[in-house]
Amino acid sequence: MTTPTPAQAAPRPAPADRTTRRGASAPLRDTWIVMTRELRPVLRDPFSLVFSLVQPLVFLGLFGPLLAGSLGGEQVLGGNVWQWFVPAILVMTTLFGTATTGSNLLYEFQTGAHERMLVTPLSRSSLLVGRSLKEVLPLIGQALIVIVVMIPFGFRADVLGAALGLALLAVLGVGLGSLSYGLATAVRKQDWMFWVVHQTLIFPLMILSGMLLPLDSGPRWMQIAATANPLAYVVEAERALFAGDFSSPAILWGWVAALATAALGLALGVRLMNRSAD
Amino acid sequence: MIHARSLTKTFATGRAQPVQAVRGIDLDIAPGELVAVLGPNGAGKTTTMRMLTTLIPPTSGTATVAGYDVVGDSAEVRRRIGYVGQGNGGGHTQRARDELYTQALVYGLSRREARRRTDELLEVLGLRELAARKVSELSGGQRRRLDVAIGLVHAPRLLFLDEPSTGLDPHNRANLWQHIATMRSSHDMTIVLTTHYLDEADDMAERVIVVDHGRVIADDTPDALKSHLAGDRIGLTAPDAAAAARTAELVSHGPGAREVAVHGTVVTARVTDGPRALPGLLAAARESGIDIAAAHVDRPTLDDVFLALTGRSLREETAPKPAAELAPLPGKDA
Repeated sequence: MTTPTPAQAAPRPAPADRTTRRGASAPLRDTWIVMTRELRPVLRDPFSLVFSLVQPLVFLGLFGPLLAGSLGGEQVLGGNVWQWFVPAILVMTTLFGTATTGSNLLYEFQTGAHERMLVTPLSRSSLLVGRSLKEVLPLIGQALIVIVVMIPFGFRADVLGAALGLALLAVLGVGLGSLSYGLATAVRKQDWMFWVVHQTLIFPLMILSGMLLPLDSGPRWMQIAATANPLAYVVEAERALFAGDFSSPAILWGWVAALATAALGLALGVRLMNRSAD
Repeated sequence: MIHARSLTKTFATGRAQPVQAVRGIDLDIAPGELVAVLGPNGAGKTTTMRMLTTLIPPTSGTATVAGYDVVGDSAEVRRRIGYVGQGNGGGHTQRARDELYTQALVYGLSRREARRRTDELLEVLGLRELAARKVSELSGGQRRRLDVAIGLVHAPRLLFLDEPSTGLDPHNRANLWQHIATMRSSHDMTIVLTTHYLDEADDMAERVIVVDHGRVIADDTPDALKSHLAGDRIGLTAPDAAAAARTAELVSHGPGAREVAVHGTVVTARVTDGPRALPGLLAAARESGIDIAAAHVDRPTLDDVFLALTGRSLREETAPKPAAELAPLPGKDA
């Protein structure tokens, strides 16, 4: 190649060949770049950040008293109603927060931002994994706020259990986020399908997890259907973890369900992402 | 820089017939060239570009870009090319500066280098004041400049521009081209662009590749294409309609005259060499007692080239033929 002539206003060319910089750590670095890119608008917009962090509290403040009232007081379901309800709200926040996240990617399909990323050396899988990992931060933030706000109302959290509970939420969030991105990738040419599938799935997933009302009072078929819902296991595990009931087998099943969701979501999402250019 | 052989792309469309978007393209582009790929909507321009940039694999044929195979070594190709697609590369919720910085990190620049390069490009592309704006808050022209800046972050030696100026007003188009020209001279870049603005291909490109129905139908400098394929258009204004009809008769017997037409009192025709043909025609008209009131010779446009090649006008696909030859062509590519 010839040496470029320097023009006054023009930038100097960057060093020509950067391949030497991209060693074995490239996929990790790529994932980190994608994740921080996704987080930047979240952190740069404090108003919507605060708003989204406070949202679960609104739901808790409106639905909690109704639940307590309909169950006949705060001391129900084997203890304070908040011990039963708050861990479930954390799972619900995770579900609603991460299940819609694919719409952001859908938008980038339309604008051309995703296409631009596909022509860069970023690994295809990092484009999915980086996005999915980004879900963890807002949802942990939301969970911490809910926990702190509910303590004056009588909610008690075991410290180790809460830490494990948050980690469990993070794993579930990565899984659900990946599935949402995978869905967005799959329906990118009929984008309205995203919301059809989303709306069709989200309420059965929510109600059949026993997060809002106990499934024990429901008909038998609902209880059977719930055994196929990974969220049901995670909700039970969160309740056991926040109560510090480490001997409960529900914790193990919750982790199995969350890890399986994450593994499925990532595998499916990466597969779809690899073919997302045409 | 680019060598493509028998490149084809067929899209399966479910129940309907498969679409053969590209039907066998051979292409050789040397380092430093500025090449415009010109053709009507659906000619296969964008599909070809998407194959060369590794976005989609060819159905058959081979292509090496920047020294690497687009299928076997797609990652190596991606490291060496810049690409500005038809859409906007900047994410709408992102700030202009953040997107440039991210792009620099993607290509392996250190954080310090990335910051420096980001500042440079913001400056050069006139985006410094807009650095903290969200992409969604930028105007169309500003967004397009950001797209180009993103494509240039790693100083690629080969830049693909897919309809870089579509949707921009003439002022913004000129502005964008000025930036691209500056970057090209300082970076020693090869540029391949698609466009359906005829005047843009004419003014900017040193080589024009005309594509139609998924094939290359012409490939030369704009001037050579015009002289060899189209010829000049002459116009003679007669004093009245009857004289015009007689003038048309004279013109049609002139050397190499074709497409003779009469519009009111004006006779137009295409001839191989307008300036040389005109004096003879004027003399012949005088001998026949016709006083020609006005005469003109127009150099052909690339649209005339396309017309000569295919019998169709590039313009009529998207708009009625405008009165002024330089009117921009509205519309979008498929």
